[in-house]
Amino acid sequence: MTNHWIDLKNSDCIFIIGGNPAENHPASFYWILKAVEENNAPLIVVDPRFNRSAAKATLYAPIRPGTDILFLGGMIHYILENELYHKEYVLHFTDASFLLDPNFQGPAELDGLFSGYNAEKRTYDRATWKYQTDANGEPLRDPTLQDPNCVFQHLKRHYARYTPEMVSKVTGCPQDLFLKVAQTFAETGKPGKAGTILYAMGQTQHTVGSQNVRAMAILQLLLGNIGVAGGGVNALRGESNVQGSTDMGLLFHTLTGYLPTPTAKDHPTLKAYLEARVKAAGKSYWQNTPKFMVSLLKAWWGDAAKPENDFCYDYLPKLPSGDFSWISLFHAIYEGKIKGLWIMGQNPAVSGPNVRMERAALARLDWMVVQELFDTETCSFWQAPGVNPKDVKTEVFVLPAADAMEKAGSIVTSGRLIQWRPKVAEPPGEAKEDIWILDRIYRAVRELYQGSTDPKDRPILDLNWDYGDPPDVERVAREINGYWTQDVLDDKGNVIGRKGDLLDTFAKLRDDGATASGAWIYCGYFYDRDDGTGHFMPSCKRRGTKDPGGLGIYPYWGWVWPANRHILYNRCSADASGKPWNPDRVLIRWDPEQKKWVGNDVPDFSPTKDPTEPGGDDAFIMAPFLKGRLFSPLNEGLFPEHYEPLESPVKNLLSSVQSNPVAKIWNVDADKPIGDLVGDRERFPYVATTYRVVEHWQAGAMSRWLPWLAELQPEMFVEISTELANEKGIKNGERVVVRSARGEIQCVALVTNRIKPMVVGGETIHVVGMVWHYGWKGLATGPSANELTPHVGDANTMIPEYKAFLVDIRKAV
Amino acid sequence: MSKVAMLYDASKCTACRGCQVACKQWNDLPGITTSNRGSYENPADLTPATYTRIRFREVEEGGQVKWLFLNWGCLHCTEAACVKVCPTGALKHHPMGFVSFERDLCNGCGYCTQFCPFHIPRTETDVLTGKGKSSKCTMCQDRITNGELPACVKTCPPKALDYGDFDAMVAKGQARVEALKARGFPNANLWGDKFLGGLGRLYVLTEAPEKYGLPTKPSYPWVASIWQDWVQPLAEASFVVGILGTALAWLIVRRNIRMEEVE
Repeated sequence: MTNHWIDLKNSDCIFIIGGNPAENHPASFYWILKAVEENNAPLIVVDPRFNRSAAKATLYAPIRPGTDILFLGGMIHYILENELYHKEYVLHFTDASFLLDPNFQGPAELDGLFSGYNAEKRTYDRATWKYQTDANGEPLRDPTLQDPNCVFQHLKRHYARYTPEMVSKVTGCPQDLFLKVAQTFAETGKPGKAGTILYAMGQTQHTVGSQNVRAMAILQLLLGNIGVAGGGVNALRGESNVQGSTDMGLLFHTLTGYLPTPTAKDHPTLKAYLEARVKAAGKSYWQNTPKFMVSLLKAWWGDAAKPENDFCYDYLPKLPSGDFSWISLFHAIYEGKIKGLWIMGQNPAVSGPNVRMERAALARLDWMVVQELFDTETCSFWQAPGVNPKDVKTEVFVLPAADAMEKAGSIVTSGRLIQWRPKVAEPPGEAKEDIWILDRIYRAVRELYQGSTDPKDRPILDLNWDYGDPPDVERVAREINGYWTQDVLDDKGNVIGRKGDLLDTFAKLRDDGATASGAWIYCGYFYDRDDGTGHFMPSCKRRGTKDPGGLGIYPYWGWVWPANRHILYNRCSADASGKPWNPDRVLIRWDPEQKKWVGNDVPDFSPTKDPTEPGGDDAFIMAPFLKGRLFSPLNEGLFPEHYEPLESPVKNLLSSVQSNPVAKIWNVDADKPIGDLVGDRERFPYVATTYRVVEHWQAGAMSRWLPWLAELQPEMFVEISTELANEKGIKNGERVVVRSARGEIQCVALVTNRIKPMVVGGETIHVVGMVWHYGWKGLATGPSANELTPHVGDANTMIPEYKAFLVDIRKAV
Repeated sequence: MSKVAMLYDASKCTACRGCQVACKQWNDLPGITTSNRGSYENPADLTPATYTRIRFREVEEGGQVKWLFLNWGCLHCTEAACVKVCPTGALKHHPMGFVSFERDLCNGCGYCTQFCPFHIPRTETDVLTGKGKSSKCTMCQDRITNGELPACVKTCPPKALDYGDFDAMVAKGQARVEALKARGFPNANLWGDKFLGGLGRLYVLTEAPEKYGLPTKPSYPWVASIWQDWVQPLAEASFVVGILGTALAWLIVRRNIRMEEVE
C-alpha cells in the first residue's frame, strides 16, 4: 500500500478492481463504509462476479477476467481525452514532459508491439526505451506537453485506441456502465480530491499482472491521487504478514529491504554489485545502496565482515542464470534437479498452479520437511486421491510448529505498519516455535562443519548467529533494526554512535562497516520511542492512540516503515509551492518561517528542502529521475497494453498479438496426461477464475480444520450463471464436473444471478468462478480448483495466471 | 435503562458471519455438519446449536442484482409469545428488557417453538433420556448483565451490529434510515420498533421488509396469552382447573395453530 488501511476513511472515491476486501479483508470495510457514509464517497467495484464487496457498492461493473488493462486503459483514454487529469500535478510530479527517444515506437504504431521485439527469443531489445538526455544525463523536457515525443503525447496516442466502444467490446462491460465508472473516478482528478484504488490478486495473477498494476499507477498519477490522504495504489496483501515476508526477502529476486539479489554473471564482486545498483539508482535514494548492503553483510557475518574481505560478499549466494520463481522451482523438482524440500507454513499441494503436476513433483523428491500446525495436503500429498502411497518414495518429516499466538514477533500490515505481538499461549504437545526449530537446525549444521578449513564452509562457520538458547526473538529484532558495530566519533571527537546501541534511522547507516542492519527499511523499528504519553519502548511495541490531525495516522501506534512515514510520496499532497491541495487533509506543508516541512505525517522528502528551489518538486525520491513514472520499462513494454490471457475464448480485438509476447511459458511434458497443458476454446469454451471466500483461509490449513468455519463453507463449489445452468441443464446445488486441459474436478454448482454471461466481440461468453481453498484433509473438503489452473506466468514476476483460464462444465452423472 | 436492544444495519453488513462464529464461541456451541445447497448460507436454519445466522437473498430488479444479507436470531419481543406460553418460567423478560432463558428450568414442552411468530426457539429431545430442551439467543445474557457487549456485536468488523438502550437504538436507526434515503435508498426503513411492543433486535433495511423475507405485521395468536393471562392465575386457585386449562390450551393449539412461517 502507498497509503494504509485507516486512511481509506479519507477517500472521496473508492475503486476496487481485482480485489474483494469484504471477503478477504473484512476489517477494511469499517473504513471503506466510513468514507461512503461520511464523505459520500462512491464505492466502485469492477469484478467478474457481483461479490460481497459489490453488494455494498454504489456502482458495480462486470468485467471479463484478464481484461483489466483495457478497462483501466479506457479510463486513462477518457481522462486524457476530456482533459480531466490534474494538470499541475502531472506537470510537476510526473515524467509527462520528458522527451522519449525519437526511435521509440509503441503498439499504436507497431500493431501491438513495442520497438525492439525479437520474436524468436520472445524478448525485447530496449535500445529505444529511454528518455532523450542532455550532456549531463538530464532528460530533455517540453513543459507545454505538446512535443510529439514527450511521454504525455505518447501516452495519449497509445491509449487513443482504448475507446469506450473497444472497452465494451473486449471486457464485456456495457459501455454506459464503463463510462459511469470512468466519470465517477475521474472526479478525483480535481485538485483537493482523493481517489483510492484497492486491488489484490485479481490484478496480479495474470500473464499481464505487472502491467495491470502499472495501469493503475498511471491512472492515479494522472489524477494526482498518489501521495495524498485518501488516495494511492493500494495492494491488499493476502495474508496477515505477507508484507513482512516480502520485506524480509521471501522472494528469490530480493534480499531484505528490496535490495536485488546479486547474480553470478553481473555481480561477481561487491564493487560490481554496488556500482550497478548506484548506476540504476540515478538520482534516487537508492544511491545509498552501499550503506544498506554493507550494513546487511555486517548483520549477517558480524566481525568476520571487514572492508578487506568485501564484508564477506563472497559468502552471499549469487543467482545463477535462469529464474527461481514458483513454477520454475517445481519444474526443477519435477525434473529431478532438486532432491530435498523444506516447507514452512505453506500448502502447495492445494495452492500451487496445475497442482496435479506439482503433487507429482513432490513424489519425485528424496525428502521433504514440513513445518506445520495441521496435517495438510502437503504433509500427506502421498495420500492424494488417485495416488498409491506405495508408489511414492519421498520421505516426509513433519515438524509440529507453534501458531502465531504461541510465539512473540512482529507482524506487518499491508499499510507497512509493524506491530509487535507477545506470545499469549504455550504451543501444544511437541510443537515448537519456528525460530527454535531453525536455531536447532543451524546449530546442528554448524556442528557438522566444525573444524573445517575448507574456504567454502566459511559462510556457515562465520555466520553471526547468537540469539541465546532458547533463541530470543527480540535479539533477532535488534539485529534487523540495526546497531553500531563500533564507537563512532565526529570530527570534533563527539560521539555519534556507541558500539552495540540501536540505530534510530536508516539515515545513519554507513558503508564502512560501522553499522549493521538486517533490513534497512526496518531501521529504527525496535528503537525506543515515546508512545505519546511519555513512556518509552521499542517503537513497534507502542500502542499510543493520539491522532494529531484526525487523519487516522496514529503516529504513536507501532511503527511504519520507512521512517514511520504513513503515506508514501506525501510531498505530492502539497502543490509545487508547498501548499496542501486539501487544507482539511494536510499530510505535510512547507512552513516558510521555520524553513521546513511540517504536518501530520513524516515528510517523504528532504525535510528542509525549499519547494521553490530547483528540485523542490522532485517528489518521487525512489525514482531515478525523481518523478512519478508514466513511462516505465517492464519486460513487455513501457505502457500497459492489452493482451488476452494465454487461454482465452476470443481473438485479441485490439491488435494481432494474441497474448503477452514475453509471458513466461513452460512446456514440460506438454504432451503427457500430467504436464504443462494448454487448453483451447473448442474443447474448453468457458472462462474460469479463482478466488477466496471470507470463511476460509488460503489453502485451508488454518480454517478447514475448525468446525465453526467448516459448517459455514463445508465443501467445494463452482459459481455459474443462471443462463449457463439452463443451457447445460444444471440445477442449483447439483453436482457438476469442471474440466480444463490440466484435469477435472467434481463439485457443487451454485447457480446465481450474480454472474452474467458477457457479450464479447458480438459473442456470448460465460464466466465461471471457483474457490480454491479445498483439499482432501480437514473437516471441510473437496477437490482443489488448482487441479485446473495453468502453468504460465507473468513476464516480470512469473506469478501464475490463476485468474483467467478455460474450462468446460457438465452435469455429473 | 428502560430496556435494551440490538440494532442491525443491513447497509453495513458484508455477511462475513463473524457474528455466527462469535456466537458459537461464546455460547460453547458445536459446529454442525452441513452441505453446500447452492448457497453461501449455512447452517440451513437455526438449530439448537445455532442461535444466530446470516440469511442471504439474491434479488433482481430491472436487470440489477442485489445481494441482501440479514442477521437472524431471537428478536426479543416486548410482547413475547414465548414468555407467555412458557409454563416453567424458563423464558422470561429480564428487567433489562431482553427475553432471558434459564436452561435448567426448561422442561422441553416446545410451546415457545410453536408460538413464536418468527419461529426462532428450537427444541430438541434427547433420544436416551426423553428430556427436551429449548434454546435461542439470549442476547448473551451472561455478558450484557456484566456490562459487556453481546458477542456478535463485539466482533462485527464493519460495526453493522450495535447494542444499547432501546430508545437510543431506535433514534440511531431512524437517523440511519434518513441518511440512507438521502444516499439513494428510497425504500430504506427501520423494522421492529413498532410492533410486538418493540423488538429487542431492530433492523435498518435498505429495501422493503418483504425483500428480506420479513413479515410487515408480525403477530401471534390470542390463545398464546391464555396460559399466562388466564390459566396460570386460575391454576393458582385450582389445580384441577389448571389441568383442564392446560388440556384445553393444548387442544386448541393442536387444532388451530399453525406457526407463521417467516423463512
